[in-house]
Order: sequence, then structure tokens, then C-alpha cells
Amino acid sequence: MSGTGYEGRNNVPHITSEQLLIRGGRVINDDQSVYADVSVENGVIKQVGENLTVPEGVRVIEANGRMVIPGGIDVNTCFQKPYLSTVPVDDFFQGTKAAVAGGTTMIIDHVTPQPGDSLLEAFERWQEVADKRVCCDYSLHVDIPQWHNGVKEELELLVQEKGVNSFQVHMAYKDLLQMTDSQLYEAFLALKEMGAVVLVHAENGDLVAQEQSKILGMGITGPEGHPLSRPEELESEAVFRAITLGNRVNCPIYITKVMSKSAADIVTQARRKGSVVFGEPITASLVTDGSHYWSKNWAKAAAYVTSPPLSPDPTTPDYLHSLLACGDLQVVGSAHCAYSTSQKAIGKDNFTLIPEGTNGVEERMGFVWDKAVAMGKMDENQFVAVTSTNAAKIFNLYPRKGRIAVGSDADIVIWDPDKIKTITAKMQQSAVEYNIFEGMECRGGPVLVLSQGRIVYEEGKLHVQPGTGRFIPRKPFPDSIYQRIKIRDKMMGKQGVSRGIYDGPVYDVPATPKYITPAPSAKTSPTSHQPPPIRNLHQSNFSLSGAQIDDNVPRRSGHRIVAPPGGRSNITSLG
Amino acid sequence: MSYQGKKNIPKITSDRLLIKGGRIVNDDQSFHADIYMEDGLIKQIGDNLIVPGGVKIIEANGKMVIPGGIDIHTHFQMPYRGTTTVDDFGQGSKAALAGGTTMFVDHVVPEPGSSLLEAFEHWREWAEEKACCDYSLHVDITHWNDSVKQEVESLIKEKGVNSFQVYLAYKDLYQMSNSELYEIFTFLGEQGAIAQVHAENGEIIAQEQARMLEMGITGPEGHVLSRPEELEAEAVFRAITIASQTNCPLYVTRVMSKSAADIISQARKKGNVVFGEPITASLGTDGTHYWSKNWAKAASFVTSPPLSPDPTTPDYLNTLLASGDLNVTGSAHCTFSVAQKAIGKDDFTQIPEGVNGVEERMSLIWDKAVVTGKMDENMFVAVTSTNAAKILNLYPRKGRIAVGSDSDLVIWDPDSVRTVTAKTHHSAAEYNVFEGLELRGAPMLVICQGKIVFEDGNLHATSGTGRFIPCSPFPDFAYKRVKARKQLALLRAVPRGMYDGPVAEFSPMSRGGTPSASARTSPTKTAPVRNLHQSGFSLAGTQNLNLSHLPGGRRIVVPPGGRSNITSLS
Repeated sequence: MSGTGYEGRNNVPHITSEQLLIRGGRVINDDQSVYADVSVENGVIKQVGENLTVPEGVRVIEANGRMVIPGGIDVNTCFQKPYLSTVPVDDFFQGTKAAVAGGTTMIIDHVTPQPGDSLLEAFERWQEVADKRVCCDYSLHVDIPQWHNGVKEELELLVQEKGVNSFQVHMAYKDLLQMTDSQLYEAFLALKEMGAVVLVHAENGDLVAQEQSKILGMGITGPEGHPLSRPEELESEAVFRAITLGNRVNCPIYITKVMSKSAADIVTQARRKGSVVFGEPITASLVTDGSHYWSKNWAKAAAYVTSPPLSPDPTTPDYLHSLLACGDLQVVGSAHCAYSTSQKAIGKDNFTLIPEGTNGVEERMGFVWDKAVAMGKMDENQFVAVTSTNAAKIFNLYPRKGRIAVGSDADIVIWDPDKIKTITAKMQQSAVEYNIFEGMECRGGPVLVLSQGRIVYEEGKLHVQPGTGRFIPRKPFPDSIYQRIKIRDKMMGKQGVSRGIYDGPVYDVPATPKYITPAPSAKTSPTSHQPPPIRNLHQSNFSLSGAQIDDNVPRRSGHRIVAPPGGRSNITSLG
Repeated sequence: MSYQGKKNIPKITSDRLLIKGGRIVNDDQSFHADIYMEDGLIKQIGDNLIVPGGVKIIEANGKMVIPGGIDIHTHFQMPYRGTTTVDDFGQGSKAALAGGTTMFVDHVVPEPGSSLLEAFEHWREWAEEKACCDYSLHVDITHWNDSVKQEVESLIKEKGVNSFQVYLAYKDLYQMSNSELYEIFTFLGEQGAIAQVHAENGEIIAQEQARMLEMGITGPEGHVLSRPEELEAEAVFRAITIASQTNCPLYVTRVMSKSAADIISQARKKGNVVFGEPITASLGTDGTHYWSKNWAKAASFVTSPPLSPDPTTPDYLNTLLASGDLNVTGSAHCTFSVAQKAIGKDDFTQIPEGVNGVEERMSLIWDKAVVTGKMDENMFVAVTSTNAAKILNLYPRKGRIAVGSDSDLVIWDPDSVRTVTAKTHHSAAEYNVFEGLELRGAPMLVICQGKIVFEDGNLHATSGTGRFIPCSPFPDFAYKRVKARKQLALLRAVPRGMYDGPVAEFSPMSRGGTPSASARTSPTKTAPVRNLHQSGFSLAGTQNLNLSHLPGGRRIVVPPGGRSNITSLS
């Protein structure tokens, strides 16, 4: 059941033949582009090279010099995330269909247990549903709704036996999912020791809660209250705090949903200082902005509600693309979590109740091409890196996924850089009525998509069946992250200073039983109701056992000084 | 409280003074002029003044005459676990005067749970009895509830306090949660007060301290190891975020590290109203001494946030001070004897925190910033005196040499050189954290309340002559911008028709607490089986929807008679 076998455990009859040849394409990996043929057998790439020959009867796809790229990996989807007992309209089948139609051949979905639920049970529930429904390979992140000691055992089990190496924690959603800094510290420490990747939903939940009640109090109940109560400063504050915590315990941090320029800047600066941190902008933040929250059409405005919210600053998408192109941000997700208008309408009188989530799994790759590659910000190799390879490396799927190489899974896309499509909800695979990219023109898209060596999308037509995708287990300690962490761990051993024991006088302190943790404090237990002791600066009943350079300095009297027995001090002299 | 102070203490020196031939240095300009003072006030400034007879004349011989320094951060006579700091208000203010500082602002630190007003009165009493120069008080908010709120209000309205410090550190003791900080800042912003923060992440510190002790590190080096500068920067960042949300001016006390200072300058560049206060210790020394083999010496450097072990820090902070990114300097003077520090001899978390610096503050900045050419003399006056007066709303009474201002001024000798040592300093502490440092620049003569209190190395100060100077709220320096922003910050809802489309059925939330926006609640234990090709759902109006994808098996509530005109695709 755990599905740790490389070949997967689903033996679904294959639709197309086991062998395939892509001829005359330009193979694009994250490091180079070469003209080569690619032959595929049993779902795995057999050969990459020039003039490959295949037996008679094998289907040959003529690429005619078009780009052949590794299938996209969407690291952030929520196809099964319940909200007040309703589930998203795009389930694992609908969602993966949309993914495939956009050139994405693997998704990593979030398991979202409720506080109090068993993580393991939730994981199994998700896996069970997904196994029956997905039409491309998938993996699962597990969200940690609460931190306590029992969770740790479950996490270990998930890491060791279930093939999960990434867990999300929340700094927002007060009184529900939010963790305190101490809990985050402990969680980071534990996850790092297991070799897991820590995903952080970064927003300051305390302040969000305050702002929400303030804004509701002002009579603002519509979707515009959502960005007003979650300004981007709260996002960048939390990102900063998460990185600080990560640095303290030497734990890699992955920021999910980078939505604003300021949050992206924090990630960038931290990387400059050497922090092991990764940032994931999503389709929505890369393409559209938060001005739509002010739409007069409630349903349209509500469709954009996601957290952190889209920034109302219209220059944000461009900025995030530039950072993706230069490598300061690494991975593009979609955070696809689609709710219908009637589901969104749960919050029609109160924006805090609007279920959060936008679409984007299908549009992800096309828009990165359109906004970054077609604009000359990014080259095709970096395009492959941010849509597929980097994700595979961070989540330890590389080189099985994220690369066209001998032995890798045959998840391949033939990409047409000139295909132009106008996005409209009616034509997209997602079941949402409102597509947040409605009416936008997108240049670049897949012509043909192979998943596990089978053609699942060709010339605008899907050939998918639910349940054909496999669960891909992921091992802990991905090299691309943990190499540095391991070395730093070795370097970071701290040592105390070896000194003689202090044997000078010690002030006698009355016991202060009020401490819970021994917090260092410059000020405690002032005797606030007594007048201060009268001091005579010229009289001292105090002497150090050795001659001191400061013997002539006036000292306070009237307090008992505990001198250690027989102690001539040689370590307290000035020096 | 009258402008003139309420005490009529017999004057020791003549109350009529004339400084001849000095060069007056204010924060905006320097010019040659004589100054005539009477009754503790500056009466005339100019050339060839006509003054009554019998006036004591001081020849300045072209030397600089600057406004007396204001040390905006001290802890004199602070109670600590049954004892008090070794420098009381008398000793401390004498050290201040000897360094050219003629006013200090002390922190009232009420015991958590006790009355702020009572604590304030205690501090007033103690200071009244001993202070040798004028003073004001900050009050620290160590816990938060409605009665504290009322006390804060009466402190602002009746007691002359306009600045309050809150703590982001000291877990389970003084530390405030983000929500409390939000409430406090909102309140202080409405009342016109300045929110001061002690910025360090207390939660992480508590974790790190436990880890250090577990590793067997118990000496003073554990202090700095458990409080790395990142935690300071993090808390500064968070405090700025909260202050900006609540539109409250923020003042960061004790900027100790480059990264914290960077956060402040970045925030200022983004338009936040935030002020940073480096202290004498962070401007003059660094944290390498925590590793000293001499326990007592290492312990004398223990303060929070700790001195940064990065030796380039002082230089960096002086540069930011010169460029105006940091605004004021304090000393955070809080001195404990070695025996008091030794409370923590086996556990660094128990070492009482605090360093000296009230006496060295002005000389040190002169030496590190003006002598090195980073800063000019006018900026020197700004960061040691004028800016503090503006933040406290005491300007131009304090912080400026002008007609009508208090006659607190200093004749400054830019070339005098002295070596700092505990043997000769005016503090009662056995260790001086600047021991051995050679400082260029020192006061030659200090006039406080119109009297000569320090001349050629000799103090003529009298305990109990200091007056409490009440500070009024809404200082222009901070609040002009804040007020303007308040008018702009009004949020408006979008006027829309009522949403009258279908609403999905959902189970209401059962959890308590604030209605936080939540994306996930009440799971259905087993995921429902869904049939994507069947829909038991119809909309009342014609909708531009692709119905085939809507989930079936779910009751949709259609409002009666509702043709929706606001849910169509636009």
C-alpha cells in the first residue's frame, strides 16, 4: 500500500503502445539544449541520441525541430482540501486533467488534516482517493495542523515508510493552524533531523486576525476586505521570521506562495546572506494582480480570494518573473484550489469565510513562457528549471523526474512556443465558473504530452483515464538542499570558554519562584512597595579576598555578599 | 507643571552668566555669538550684548558651545531581584554631567501585574531626591489589560509621559504577543505617544538558551550565542510591520547590530515612521569580550540585545548615525557590580543585564564619528541632543541654543584626549566596558539649569536639583506624518449589489476564537464520491456557466425569486 516501488503499483492497462520514438526534436533540459531523438519504452526513456532506430510498428512522433521538454511538475495543488465540509470542484481527476492539458505531468498535492486528526490517516485517505482518480503521477505534501509530541512519531513514519519528505506549517490562521515561534522552532528542528523539506505558509496570523476584525468593524464585508486585512507587509514579516527561525536551527525553508514583491525581496536578501531558502511564486501571482478584489462583481472578486492575497500592486507579476529568471525564486507552483461561485458565496456576507484558492494548474507553464521567455527575461533552459527541474531536485525526484535522460520517466512535452490561446473558463479543463485569467492571451503551450510513456494529450485532445497515475514516494535528505545543511551542522559546533571557576563575591539573591523559564532579565522582582535602600557610598563592609585594582571604588553597603570559602580569586582582576 | 520647574533650591553659583567668544553649534548651523543667561534660561544671543553688571563672564575663546546632551535611555537605581543598580540617580546623573549630558530619560520598569502609576510615582520620588540634572521618564508596559490602558492614558494626559516601551523578548515575563502589540500600538497611536520596543525574539531566545545550557555552555559567551543578531533583526522587522499596520510611530531602543540597523534604514526608505537608537556600547565596543577568560570582565558586557561579535559593527552604526538613518543615541546605562553580575556565575541566563555608557556617550561619538570625518558638528548635536528633544516633544526648550531655551549647555573641547578607565570614571561600577579606550573630545565646562556644574574636570553638582520635565503627546517630529496618513488611510468598501446567487451548503464552524479566515475546517472523514457528469443543480437566472463540471449531490441554496445580475461574467 505504501507504494515504495519505483514502478508504482497501479497496473492499469495502457492505452497506447509501450514503445515510442520522438524524432527530430530539440531536447531541452535545464542545462543545455540539443537536437536528439528520444526513444521510450515501458514508461521510461531508453535512449537519447541522434538517428535512433526502432523496430517496425513502433509509433514515431515527428517533432520537426520543435522543443522537447521534461513534463512540468506542479508542486502546489489542493485537489482535495475540504472547507467547511465542501471540497474543491476540481478533484484529483479534474485537476490532473487540467494539469496534463497544460503540459504538467506530475503534481504534488497537499494533505490537509484538521487539528486533532491523525496525519497518517489523513495521508492514507488522500492517497486512496488520489490513486483512484489521478491521471498523471503524483506525490503528497502533508500539512501539520498542530505541533505536539505525538505528531513527531507520525512524521517519522511518513518520512521513513510512506515516501513523504515535505511538510507544511502555517504562520497564519490564528486559533486554527497557526503555530507559535517556539512550536515552529521545535518543528523545524525535528523536520530537519528527519531530512524533510519545510514548507511555510508565511503570513502573520495574529495581525491578520486583528486587521480582519478591524475591517469587519468598519463595515467592509466584501472580498476587498481580504487584501485589506492581509497587506503584503504581513507576508514579508512572516517570511523574514521563518527564515530567521530556519537559520537558527540550520533548517532549509521553502516559502509556498510568494505573492508580493516585498516577500520576494526578503527571500532574495536571505539567499544573498547564505540562507538555504527557496521561494515559490504561483501562477496567480505571476500573471494577475489584486486590483480585481475591488470588482463590482462579487463573484468575480471572490474568485481571486487566496492567501496570501494577490498584491494590488500591478507591477508585481513582472517583478516576480524577473526574480524567477535570475534564480532568486526557484519553483513555480499553481496553488490550484478551485471552489465554485456557490462555494465562495459561503462568505458572501463576510469575506473571512470565503473559501480560499485560485485556479492555475493548467495555465502555469503557458504563462511562464508568455510572460518570461517570450519577453526575453528567461531562456528556455531556465524555463525548464523553474517549471520542472528545480522542483524535482528540491523534492528529491531528480533525475527520475525533471530531466530528459536515459532512465528517467517518460514524462515528456512537445512544446510549441508560438501557440496562442485566449483563456476562458468555458474552454479550460477546470470546473470553476470564473477563471482568474479570463480573457488573457497566452503564447506558448503543449502540442503533445507524454505521461509514463503514453500519449495523454495531443493536438488539443485529452486521452486520460482516472487512476492511471502513480504515487511517487520521495526519500528524505534531498542532496540539492541537504548537502550544505550537513556541512554546516558539522561546522556549527559551539564551544564554551574554558575559564577558572568564578570565585569572587556573589550577591545573595532572594529566591524568585515566579520564573517559569529562566528568562534572562535585567529587571525582575523590584521591591516596588518598599522605599529604596539608603546608600552610603563612602562606607563599604565588603572586601575582595585579593587585592583589586578597583578597591577604591565606592561600593554599596547593606547587602550580604557571599564570598566563597578560601577563595583567592585570580580570574576577576581587570584585564 | 510650570515651565520653570517647581523647586526653589538656593542657587550655588551666580544665576547670571555670559559666555563670550564662543561658537554656537546647533543642529542646523554654527555661528559665533555671545550667550547671556539668567534664571536658568537663555535670554540673549548675539554680538556685544548689553548685560547687567555683576555677571559672571566665561571666556570661550572660540571654542564650541553646544546644547547639553540628552541621554534618552538610562536605568539608574533600577530594582533588580531585591537589589538595585550601583549607580543611583545621584551617581548616574553626576556621571552624565561629567560627560556633557544635562538631561536624561530613565525607564520606569513596573513589575508585571503591578500598577504603572505607582511605579511611576516611585521612580519620580527616587529621582526627585537625587537627580542633579533635569530628567524625564519613559514607562515600560510589562503587561497589558484594560486597567493598564487607563493608566497609560492618565500617564499621558496628566503625568507628562509620552513614550512607552514594550518588550518582544523576555518570554513569560515582559514579552507581549503580536496581538497585544497590535492593541498597544493602536492605543498609543491614538493617544499620541511614542511606542518604544525592546526588539528581540523572546521565543527563539528561550529555545536557544535551553540548548546552550544543555550543551554545557554556562559562561557569558552563552549570552551572545543564544541571542544572535538575527533575532534582533527579526523582532525589529516585526515591530515595524505592526507599527506600520497601526500607524503608530516606532522607536527601537538599543540598536546593537548591523542587521537590525539595516532593517530600520530600509523601513525608513519605504516611508515608515521609525527611529533607531544605538547606544554607547554598540557604538564603541563589540561582543568579542564575551569570550574573555576573565569571567567578571566578560560578564560586565552582558546586555540585551548583546553586543555583536562582529568588530565592524561600531563603525557601521556610526556611519548610519551620520547619514540620518539612525536618529538618537542613548547609553542604556544600567550598571551592576561584579558581585551582582555573579548571580549568574553558573548560568549566563541569570546574569543581570546592563552596561555603562552615560558618561562616555558624547565623547565616544565625537571620537568615532566626528574626528573620523563621518559626521559634522551639527549632526553631532542632532544625534546627541536635538533629535531626542524633538521626539520627547521638548524642543526647542531642550536640544537647542536659542533665546528662551533652558540654559543647559556645554563648552566642548574637540581636542582634549583622555583614556577611559574604571579608576577615574564617575560610575560606581568596577568595570568599564570601554576600559583603555582613548577618546578625543570632551566637555570643558557644563552648564545645567544656568549653573556651572562641571569645570576643568571638577564636578559641582548637587543631588536633588534635577527637575522632572513633563513631555506632552503628539510630538510634531513623529506625528505630523502620522496625522496626515490617518486622514488618508480611510478604507472604503466597494458598493455592490447583494450577492444573490446560489450558496453551497456548509457546516458551520464549531471552533471558538476569532473568526479567522480559514481554508480548511470540518473534514468529511471519507472523501465523497463525486459524479462529475451529473448535476442536481440549477441556477435561477441564465448564467454563463459550464454546468457540466459542477459537483453533484450537493444542495445548492437558491434565493427565492433571485435573478442575479451581479454574478455574470464581466
